Amino acid sequence: MRAKRKQKLFVTLGLVALAAIAVGLTLYALRSNINLFFSPVQIVEGEAPMERQIRAGGMVKEGSVARNPDSLDVGFTVTDYVEDLEVRYSGILPDLFREGQGVVVVGELQPGGWLRADQVLAKHDENYMPPEVAQALEEAGYSPEDYQAKAAEVGKRLEARAASAGQ
Amino acid sequence: MWAFIHKLGSPKWFYAISARLQPWCWGAAVALILVGSVWGLAFAPADYQQGNSFRIIYVHVPAAFLAQSIFVTMAVAGMIFMVWRIKLADMAAAMMAPLGAGMTFVALFSGAVWGMPTWGTWWMWDARLTSMLILFFLYIGVIALRGAFASRDSASRAASVLAMVGVINIPIIKYSVEWWYTLHQPATFSITSRPAMPTEMWLPLLLMVLGFYCFFIAVTLMRTRSEILRRESSKRWVRELAAEEGT
Repeated sequence: MRAKRKQKLFVTLGLVALAAIAVGLTLYALRSNINLFFSPVQIVEGEAPMERQIRAGGMVKEGSVARNPDSLDVGFTVTDYVEDLEVRYSGILPDLFREGQGVVVVGELQPGGWLRADQVLAKHDENYMPPEVAQALEEAGYSPEDYQAKAAEVGKRLEARAASAGQ
Repeated sequence: MWAFIHKLGSPKWFYAISARLQPWCWGAAVALILVGSVWGLAFAPADYQQGNSFRIIYVHVPAAFLAQSIFVTMAVAGMIFMVWRIKLADMAAAMMAPLGAGMTFVALFSGAVWGMPTWGTWWMWDARLTSMLILFFLYIGVIALRGAFASRDSASRAASVLAMVGVINIPIIKYSVEWWYTLHQPATFSITSRPAMPTEMWLPLLLMVLGFYCFFIAVTLMRTRSEILRRESSKRWVRELAAEEGT
């Protein structure tokens, strides 16, 4: 009876392991399709298709937001701190949209290398804090979103890409 | 050790011990959720960017935690049932599935309500949201499988296998925000690192999470007790118990 149970245990665990490997390989094969958006680096490298609806994501570059005072037209630059992507949009922006904020824009790449957005979504990070703390941080010279850590993260990702491309 | 586990697997013993545990779990759940929600909703500070809509976190995160934990528990119970044939494990697994499905729905719904004011959309096919939706379908599948067989034993086996295989989805949910670019932000709350929010925001969240877990334990104990009586209704100890209660 003991031996039978042991066998059952191994069969069950083996089954689950096989299923896990199958799912893992599938996800690995689909990895580029599961990413929600292209980063500006990928777009500059030409990985994103032209004249088809795509999503691009990154941070809104500081000082890049230009609004047309007579209409809802707005232009801004999405950056991953390595490459920039120019975005033009006409419509209402989400409440969290601001310079230095992460965004995902949905739209078509235009031949001039800019993107005409149909929808702008705001991303927010996992750092929540009361307004006073945010203000105190800012006065102390830190930025609440901690851009440097993010830039370092993007840099690491690029290094990993370069390493895997070099192989 | 083995004697204890075998004792734990006996419905009669479980029925007796759970009667003593149950009130404590209910009490802890009610107290923690009450204190946590009043603290979180009324006294915790608002977020510097999102204002008060940030408070949805006090429902969203505990529900999402529970949705995943219940599925893992169900899979472990399924394995215990398949390998050691302990019927009590199967009863518990059957009883926790609807609560898990409900919690998954609460997490998805509160996430949608939160997504509208912050992201600007209530749904996006990003990896985290999609894998959570798959978890919801897995729960529905487990519940449906139990109802689809005439024989209880085959139904239990099928549901256990689906739960064990479906548990692969759990690490995918957890790491989706790290493996892929998503709209959903990375985890706020983890056991291994400092939480990404100050203590006055984080403590009520901790209370809510603990409260939700106590609620899950209490509901599972309660439902498993009635399931024991239902399935073992022809056993002598249940009849004796019923005769005692009747007089």
